[in-house]
Amino acid sequence: MEATNADILSLPTKRAFNKRTLTISLTAFTALAILAILIGGFLSTEKASQTSFLHKNHPPGTEHILGTDWLGRDMLARTLKGLSISVLIGLGASAVSALLALVLGVASATLGGKIDSLVSWGVDVVMGLPHLILLILISYALGKGLMGVTIAVAITHWPNLTRVIRAEIIQLKSSYFILIPQKLGHGPFYLATRHMLPHVFPQFLVGLILLFPHAILHEASVTFLGFGLSPEQPGIGIILSESMKYLSLGYWWLSVYPGLALLATVLLFDRLGHLVRDLIDPHAAND
Amino acid sequence: MLENGKTVLEVENLTIRFSRYDKGLRKSDLTVINGMGVSVGLSELVAVVGSSGSGKSLLAHTLLGILPSNCGATGKIRFLGETLGPRELAELRGHQIILVPQSVTYLDPLKKVGPQVRNDRKDPESIQAQEKLFDYYGLKRETANLYPFELSGGMARRVLLSAAMMESPRLIIADEPTPGLHLSAAKKAMANFRAFADQGNGVLLITHDLELALEVADKIAVFYAGTTVEVAPVKDFGSAETLRHPYTKALWHALPQNGFRVYPGSQPYAGDDIKGCPFAERCQMAIPACGGDIPTREIRGGLTRCLQAV
Amino acid sequence: MATTGLRGIAGYLLKSLTRLILVLAAVSVISFVLVSESPIDPVKAYVGEVGLANMNQETYAKLEAYFGTNVSPAKRYLNWVGDFARGDMGQSLLYRQPVSTVIKEKFGNTMALMLLAWVLSGVGAFVLGLTAGVFQGSWLDRIIKNYSLVLASAPTFWLALVALMVFSVWLKIFPIGFSVPLGVSSSEVTIWDSLYHLILPALTLSLAGNASITLHTREKVIDIMGEDYILYARSRGQKLWPMVKGHVIRNVTLPAITLQFASISEIFGGSVLVEQVFSFPGLGQAAVRAGIGGDAPLLLGIAIISAAIVFGGNVAANILYGLIDPKIRRRGRDA
Repeated sequence: MEATNADILSLPTKRAFNKRTLTISLTAFTALAILAILIGGFLSTEKASQTSFLHKNHPPGTEHILGTDWLGRDMLARTLKGLSISVLIGLGASAVSALLALVLGVASATLGGKIDSLVSWGVDVVMGLPHLILLILISYALGKGLMGVTIAVAITHWPNLTRVIRAEIIQLKSSYFILIPQKLGHGPFYLATRHMLPHVFPQFLVGLILLFPHAILHEASVTFLGFGLSPEQPGIGIILSESMKYLSLGYWWLSVYPGLALLATVLLFDRLGHLVRDLIDPHAAND
Repeated sequence: MLENGKTVLEVENLTIRFSRYDKGLRKSDLTVINGMGVSVGLSELVAVVGSSGSGKSLLAHTLLGILPSNCGATGKIRFLGETLGPRELAELRGHQIILVPQSVTYLDPLKKVGPQVRNDRKDPESIQAQEKLFDYYGLKRETANLYPFELSGGMARRVLLSAAMMESPRLIIADEPTPGLHLSAAKKAMANFRAFADQGNGVLLITHDLELALEVADKIAVFYAGTTVEVAPVKDFGSAETLRHPYTKALWHALPQNGFRVYPGSQPYAGDDIKGCPFAERCQMAIPACGGDIPTREIRGGLTRCLQAV
Repeated sequence: MATTGLRGIAGYLLKSLTRLILVLAAVSVISFVLVSESPIDPVKAYVGEVGLANMNQETYAKLEAYFGTNVSPAKRYLNWVGDFARGDMGQSLLYRQPVSTVIKEKFGNTMALMLLAWVLSGVGAFVLGLTAGVFQGSWLDRIIKNYSLVLASAPTFWLALVALMVFSVWLKIFPIGFSVPLGVSSSEVTIWDSLYHLILPALTLSLAGNASITLHTREKVIDIMGEDYILYARSRGQKLWPMVKGHVIRNVTLPAITLQFASISEIFGGSVLVEQVFSFPGLGQAAVRAGIGGDAPLLLGIAIISAAIVFGGNVAANILYGLIDPKIRRRGRDA
C-alpha cells in the first residue's frame, strides 16, 4: 500500500579512505624517504661531482636513469645530493624557525603588555616585505654559505606559527586547568612549562612539519636566484639554475627531474602535516 | 483511517545510522537512533524532552533534511495523513514544515533582516506580509533594515518567528527555542507557539527543559539514548504514579518541586551497542527480559516501551 | 545614521593607516640595517669596479654618507631616509643611473606582469575554491583539491622553467624572454608586442599564486557551508544556487579579500623568480642583479618599493573591508 522507497529518508555518502591508516603509513613513508634522500645524498657525494667527457648530455637511459649534464655528471647522483642539501637546510631552518615561534608565541601570550605588542609588531614588520625580498636582503647581509641561507629562511618563517601558538595560549589562559594552578600561587614560568607547553606541543609539531615545505621551497628559490650557496654546494636550486642555460638546447631532463623530486618532497611533507593536524584537531579536517 | 484526519505529523520507527571511525583503525556504522516514534495532532503542541545525546535534535534534522552527510535515516513519516518519501518531504520543507531556530546565528550575519525574513522575495505582497508580522510581534518596521548583530535577543527571537510565519506553515519545529532566555521571555516565546497550535496546526517543541515543556505542551515525548521511552499527556506528570517508564519517573523526581533528586548513573553513549531497553542497566526494576525486544505498549492513554509498566 | 557610518569608517581607516605607516617605517630601518651589515662594502665594490678616476664626486659623497664607515649608523640612516623622502634614492652602481630612474623604468613592467597575474589567479582561485567548497567530497572537489595541492608544492621558478620549455622551446608559441622583441627600437614596439611577451610569464605567475588561494577559499567555503544560517536556509527548502549566491558568496567575500590582498606579497616574490626565468626586465630581475652585484642603493630602493606595494595592498584591503563589513560600517568597530 505504501511505497517502499518511503522508508529510506536519507542515505549516507560513503568514504573510501581511512584517515588514520593513511596518516600512520604516510608518516612511516616520509621518514623513510627522508632517510633515503639523506643517505643517498651522502653516498653520491663523489659521483655527483664526477665528470666524464665521454658521457656528456646523455638523455635518461639505462646507464644513467636521469641522464647526465654538460660535464657528464650523473643527474641522479646530483639530484640526490642536491635534494639532501636542500632537505638539511630545510630541516634546520624550520626547526630554528619553529623554536623561535614557540618562544615568541609563549612570551607574548603569557607576559602580555609591551612584549605582546612588540612581538605582534615584529610579525607585521616581517609580513610587510615580500618574503623573497626579505630573503634576498638577509642573504645579502649574511653573505654566501649554508649558515646564511639557513638563518635567512628561519628568520622569514616564524610569524604564522607564532600567531597560532599565541592564540592557542591566550585561549588556554582563560581555561580552568590554568586558572586553578594560578590560584594556587604558581608563577608564570611554572605555568608556562608545566601546563602550557604540553598543551601547545601538538600545535607546535604540526606547525613544525608544515613549516618544512615552505622552508625548502624558499631555500630553493633563493639559491636558484644565485644567493646563499656556491656551485660547490649543489643545492637543488643551483642545479635548476644551471639547467636554465641548457633549456633552449632541449636538455629537458636537467630541469624536469630535479624539479619533480623537489615537488614530491614538498608535497609529502605538506600532506603529512595536514594529516597529523587533522588527527590532532578533527574539527579542522576540511580535506 | 480515522487517525489520518487528526494528525499533522506521525513519525514511526525512525532509525539513524552514522558511519565513523573507531578508536582503532576500523570504520563502523553506528546506530544513534533506533525505532523512535512521535506524533503531533491537530492543535497539538508536543514537547520532545531528553538530555543531550538522546537524539532529539536528530529527529528535527531528519524532518528538515539537514542531517550530516555521513548519516543515513530510515523510517516512516506521515504528514496530514500522507506518507512522505524524501522527495515529497523536501517539497514541504520551508513551506508547510518549518524550523524556528534557537538563535541569531541562524541568520546570515551580512544580510539585512528584512530580506531574510521574506526569504529574498521582493514583491509588494511579501513586503506587506512581513510588515504585518513585524507589527503583530511588536517589532518596529525599521527592524527590517538592521543586520543580525544589531538585534537584541528578544528581537532576534521575534524575527525568527516572523520568518517562520511568512510561509503559513502547518507544522513548526522549534529546536531549543529558549536557551539563555529569562523565564518570562521563555514563557512569552512559548505563548506564541501555543497560539499557533491553537489555530489548528502542530508544534514539535524540542527541548531539554521539562519544566517549561509542562507549562505549554499537550503531550510529552520522552527520549532516551536514541529511542522514545514514553509518550504521556501532560496531566500524567502530576505525580510519579501516573507516569509509565522508570526514566520518566526519574525525570519527574529531578524536578525542583519534586525534590530535585538526581538519579544515579548516566545515559549510555549512543555508540554503545544497546540491546533491549537502554535504561535497563540503571533501572532498579530491570528483569532479564529487558535485554530483549521491547514492544511499544499503550497504557492508560499513553505509550511506553517498558515491560514492567502498568 | 549616515554620518555615524562615515565617522566609523574614517576612524577605522585612520587606525589601520597609522599602524601600517609605522610598519613601513620599521621595514625601511630593517632593510637599511641589513644592507649596511653586508660583508659586501658598496663603497669598495664600486670603487674597485670602475676605479676612482671615473667616479663622480657627488656620487661618491652620497655613498659615503649612506654606507661609509666613518659615519654613525643612525646618522647614515637619516641621511638616506631624508634623501629618499625627497625622491632622491641615490645612484645605482650597476645601471649608472639614479635609482629612481631605474625603478621608474622597471616598475611599469613589473606592475603589468603582477596585475595581470593577480587578476587571473584571483578570479580563477575564487571560482575553483567556491566550486570545490560547495561540492565538498565530490569528484570535482577532489580534482580541484589535488590539482591545487600539487601546484602549491611546485616551486614557482620550476613552473616557469617548464612553461618556457614547453611553450617557447618546443611549441614555439611564445617568445623565449624579454618584455619586447630584441633588436627593435623601443619606439617601434607595439602594445601587442608587449602583451605577447607578457602572457606566458603572467600565466605562469598566476598559476603559481592560484593554488594556495584556491585551497584557502575552499576551506572558508566549507566553514560557511557548516554554519547555522546555511542549515537554516536548507531547512527552508532553499535550492543550491540561490543559497550559494545569497549566502555563500556574500560571506566568503570578506575572507577572500583578505586572501587576495595578502597574496600580493607572494605574487611579488613570485614575480622575482618568473622575471629571472623569462629574462623579463622588471623590478625583480633588477633586485637580483643588485643583490648579486653589490648595488646597495638599488637593492634598498627596490626593497622599499616592494614594501610600499604590500602596504598599498593592505590599505586597499582595509578600505574594502570598511565598505563591505556592516559591523565596521555601522559601528566603526575594528574587525
